[in-house]
Amino acid sequence: MENNLEQAFQAKIDREEKIEPKDWMPEAYRKTLIRQISQHAHSEIVGMLPEGNWITRAPSLRRKVALMAKVQDEAGHGLYLYSACETLGINRDTLYEQLHDGTAKYSSIFNYPTLTWADIGAIGWLVDGAAIMNQVPLCRCSYGPYARAMVRVCKEESFHQRQGFEILLTLSKGSDEQKNMLQDAVNRWWWPSVMMFGPSDKDSPHTARSMNWKIKRFTNDELRQKFVDVCYEQAKVLNVKLPDEDIKWNEERGHYDFGAIDWDEFWQVVKGNGPCNKQRVAARKKAWDDGAWVREAALAHSNKRSERLKNKKVA
Amino acid sequence: MNYKLNYILHLADNALILGHRLSEWCGHGPVLEQDMALTNIALDLVGQSRSLYQLAASIQDEGKTEDDLAYFRDVIDFKNVLLVEQENGDFAQTILRQFLFDAYNFHLYQKLLKSSDKQLSAIAEKSLKEITYHLRWSSEWVIRLGDGTEESNRRINEAIEALWPYAGELFIPATYELEAVKEGLGVDSASLKELWSTEIKNVFDEANLEVPEESWVQKGGKNGIHTEKLGFLLAEMQFLQRAYPGQEW
Repeated sequence: MENNLEQAFQAKIDREEKIEPKDWMPEAYRKTLIRQISQHAHSEIVGMLPEGNWITRAPSLRRKVALMAKVQDEAGHGLYLYSACETLGINRDTLYEQLHDGTAKYSSIFNYPTLTWADIGAIGWLVDGAAIMNQVPLCRCSYGPYARAMVRVCKEESFHQRQGFEILLTLSKGSDEQKNMLQDAVNRWWWPSVMMFGPSDKDSPHTARSMNWKIKRFTNDELRQKFVDVCYEQAKVLNVKLPDEDIKWNEERGHYDFGAIDWDEFWQVVKGNGPCNKQRVAARKKAWDDGAWVREAALAHSNKRSERLKNKKVA
Repeated sequence: MNYKLNYILHLADNALILGHRLSEWCGHGPVLEQDMALTNIALDLVGQSRSLYQLAASIQDEGKTEDDLAYFRDVIDFKNVLLVEQENGDFAQTILRQFLFDAYNFHLYQKLLKSSDKQLSAIAEKSLKEITYHLRWSSEWVIRLGDGTEESNRRINEAIEALWPYAGELFIPATYELEAVKEGLGVDSASLKELWSTEIKNVFDEANLEVPEESWVQKGGKNGIHTEKLGFLLAEMQFLQRAYPGQEW
């Protein structure tokens, strides 16, 4: 029986039909999606912190408004993604608990600090740029609610990426201090962004299965290569140097070769030893704990209100 | 002419400083939907301040920009009321500050629709749609917190105690306001007191909250005499422009 269901499920995926919440799905498919979508949602929410860090210091009113709108978009993405995740039979509060107690992960990139205004541009250009590479194929993901949420997310992300690039372009035309700020930010954000695509294919045991289920459409290394190729050209426009001595065009492959990734750093940050891991989770946890009485009050009021309405009707 | 500039700056500063305070919540709200609502209101207010600073810059006619006015004036130049510069505190304090201000701002902007200055009345028209929503949002939250639990009721009462002394300043007109009234540009803020009081009373009644007795009023913000908190807010907000003056960002 299970076997037949599983065959029908795979056949449906192979025909490029979407899996919807009420359809039968293998437990492992459900679990993989919950892990991936919640990790994605948490990344949006935790990602609000390093960028929010500069809202009160944005250098002009125009930049301030744009940054607020951007961070608010991230909150919105978090909402759609938590909702998509809830269709798989888990609620948002449980997902938060998993974030707070460390069982759920989020993108390691947000464990790096935003030190100067140029970091806000670099996050837009590199981090959102890498996110788009990862996310555009997810618009065709086999799970309907996730795929549909991603269509909207991607539209907004590409706007953010252009906005980030434009911040850096302005700095690139500015004073020496601004140019230094720009180069410094690229030096610090480049490698963590390259790592955003996850472990190398040979160390990514779930890739084959996720590709078979059409959750994933390209491997980590394929996406990473595409990212490096695009960024190299864009860096020329910004007049910045990518901090990689080994990056050069490979005629034969038709791609840029690039230097070795420091996987030790990658795993250290994943394990919780990045510069801001503790602060990020603590900030999220504090917001949640400090907000408990607000949520309780809203619930209590809503209950009292419906009680009063009921009594009124009876009377 | 000076009264006109000061009047517009007063309106702009109220919007910017309150918007800035609200933006400090971004990423730290009690629940995701309200985090978004707080940032949304912050966005509206900073957006309104931009239109007003642009208008002020054109009145001033010295080739200055909205950013010159926001980033290169000091504490003694800012003309916002003391209420809006008060720190966020807990969610109850933020909500109450917002409600006391929204209830005033809503009636003020309704009257500004009739300003003799076409640009100001156009800004008022656009802003009023936003302010109407702000007032609805903050009123609903005052009711939720007042009526909700024992703790939320205690916290909103503490907020009333802390912020009430700052409400009175809204209705004490500065000289530039009086002149603006005379010229048909502005609104007599004292005349808004009754409308405001009714608004507060209605919401407080529904929220099981007592309207405090008239008390000592802390004032001065409209004339540049602020609480100590504003200097730190400006230091943070103006840092980049001050550290690297004359650059494009």
